[in-house]
Amino acid sequence: MHAPKRLQSTADLRRLQRLMTHALVRPLTREGGLQPEWIDGRPTAEVAAEFIKPNDRLSSFERLEIYNRMYWYRLVECASDDCPGLRALLGEGRFGRLIRAYLAKYPSRSFTLRNLCSRLPGFIREEPRLTSPRTAAAFDVARFEWAQTVAFDGEARPAIEPGELAGAAPGRVRLGLQPYLSLLALDYPVDEYVIAVKRRDALRSEASHAVGGDHGARRLRHVRAPRRTRVYMAVHRHSGRLYYKRLSLPEFRMLEALKAGRPLGRAIAAGGARVRPERIREWFSLWAKLGWICRKPPSP
Amino acid sequence: MPANRFNGFNDYGIGIGLRVPHYRHILEKKPVVDWFEIISENFMVDGGKPLEVLDRILEQYRVVQHGVSMYFGSADRPDRAHLRKLKALVRRTKTRWLSDHLCWGSVDGTFTHDLLPMPYTFAAAKRTAEKIRQIRDFLEVPICVENVSSYAEFHASEMTEWEFLTEVVELADCGILLDVNNIYVSSKNHGFNPYDYLDGIPHDRVGQMHVAGHTKFEKYILDTHDHPVLDPVWKMYAHATRLCGVTATLLEWDDKIPSFDEVHDEALKANRFIDGARQHAKAV
Repeated sequence: MHAPKRLQSTADLRRLQRLMTHALVRPLTREGGLQPEWIDGRPTAEVAAEFIKPNDRLSSFERLEIYNRMYWYRLVECASDDCPGLRALLGEGRFGRLIRAYLAKYPSRSFTLRNLCSRLPGFIREEPRLTSPRTAAAFDVARFEWAQTVAFDGEARPAIEPGELAGAAPGRVRLGLQPYLSLLALDYPVDEYVIAVKRRDALRSEASHAVGGDHGARRLRHVRAPRRTRVYMAVHRHSGRLYYKRLSLPEFRMLEALKAGRPLGRAIAAGGARVRPERIREWFSLWAKLGWICRKPPSP
Repeated sequence: MPANRFNGFNDYGIGIGLRVPHYRHILEKKPVVDWFEIISENFMVDGGKPLEVLDRILEQYRVVQHGVSMYFGSADRPDRAHLRKLKALVRRTKTRWLSDHLCWGSVDGTFTHDLLPMPYTFAAAKRTAEKIRQIRDFLEVPICVENVSSYAEFHASEMTEWEFLTEVVELADCGILLDVNNIYVSSKNHGFNPYDYLDGIPHDRVGQMHVAGHTKFEKYILDTHDHPVLDPVWKMYAHATRLCGVTATLLEWDDKIPSFDEVHDEALKANRFIDGARQHAKAV
C-alpha cells in the first residue's frame, strides 16, 4: 500500500484516504504512540513521509501520530461514557484493552458514535480471554448497557390502549413490543450493580469538587461485583426516563413470544399452564399502561 | 452580506450550541438567545428524549443544523439512508440552512469519527463540489461548508487551503461557514498568515461564522472547544466581519462546558466586534 504520487481522480483520492485510515485505526503502542512498523514491514516513518509533509517542528510521522492518538482517545472515551458499569467491573486497564481489541476487530461502520458499542456483547463472547474470569458478568453488563442506549432513543410505535384488546380473538391477534424495549435474561443482577456504580461515580464527582475531596473520592472507590443470580428484565423508557423492570419467568416468556410476533394465544401459552388468567390480565393491563404493546411491526 | 442565499436570507445574530448540560436551564428559564445550533447527528435518532427535547426547543427558538459526518470530501458516495434521516430532521427543524465540514472521515464504510483534512487538489475539489451539489439537491436546503482545523498537510496538495475552499464553493455554488478559530489553529500548525486566508476567500459566500477556544501544546495547537475564545481569534473575527459583513455567528463550547450564562456571555462578546464592523461599514 503506497500513497498515490499525484492525485488526479476519485480513485487516487480513495487510495490516499484508505492509506490514512489504515494508519489512524492501527492500535497504539504500549507507550500510546503510532506503531513504528507498517503492516508490510517498512518503517511507518517512511510511509508517513510518502504522503504527509513535515514542518519545522514535527516530522510526517509525528503529524500522523496526532490523528492516530486522537482516533483512539475519542473512541475509547466514547465507549467509556456508554459503558460505566463494564468499566467498573473490569477496571480501567482491562476495559481499555477490551475496547481497543473490539474496535480493532469491529471498527465503526456507522455515521454516529451512538452505535459504537452495539456489537460489544457479542465480541465479549467471541474473545472470553479478554474478560476472564468475569466473562459471563461482563457479557450481561454489556447487554444491559446497550439496552439502555436503545431505550434512550429507540423508535416508539403508537401504543395499543388497554381497552383495545377487549374482545380480541387470542388465536388471531398478533401484537408487537416497542422497538425501544429490550428483554434480557441475565445470570447476574446487573441493574443493581450499574445503579451502584453510577451512584458511586456521581458521589465521587461531588467529593472531588469539595475541599479535600480526593480523600472522599478514594473512599468511594469500591462497588462489589454482582453475584450470580438468574434475573429477567425489561429495559424501557417511560415519560422520557429510563427504567429497568424485573420480570417473572412467565412474564418474560410471554413478552419474548410477543416480540417474536407469535399470535396472542401462543404468546400467553408460552408463559406456561400454571399462570392464572387474572394474573395474565393484570400483566397485559400493566404492559399496555406502560406503552409497551403496539401493533405487530410490518415485515422487513 | 448578513443575509444571503447561503443562509436562507436570514440575519440570525449570535447563537450558541445546544448542549445537554444546558437543557434543563433552557427549558425551565427560557433565556433569550438569538438561535441555537444543533449537531444534526445527535438528533438523527428514531425517538426518545433527544427528539422530545428538540421539539420543545423548536417551540421557542430558531435552530440551525450543523453536521459532523457528511464528509463531503470522502471518496465514498453519499449514503442514501443517512441522507433520508438527515432530510427528515431538516423537515422537523425547518433549518434555514445546513452546514457540515470540508473534510473527509470515512472510506469504504469505515468511520474514523474525525474531521480529516483534504488534499488540496483540483480533482478533490471537483469531486467534493459534486457531492455537495448532490446532497443539497436531495435535502433542498442551502449548504454552508466549514473549514476545519488540521494538524497535517499532504504532499499531493496543489494549492493553499483557502484556494481549495474557494474552488470547492465556487464549483458547488454553496456557502461558507467560516470558522475563524480553525483558521487560527491551522495557521499556527502550518505556518501561514491567517489574514491571507481571510482576505483570500469569496466574502459574499460567507453565510455563518464560528468562534471557539483552543489549547496550545509545545509543538502544535489543538482545536479543543473547551476554553473561552482567545484574543487573536476575536481580532480575526473583527477583521472577518469587516470583510464579510455582520454574519450569523456561533460560539462552540463542547468540552468542560461551563454554565449556560457563562457560555452565552462569551458568545455575546462578539457584539463588540460586530459594532466595530458596523461603524467601519458606515465610515466606508
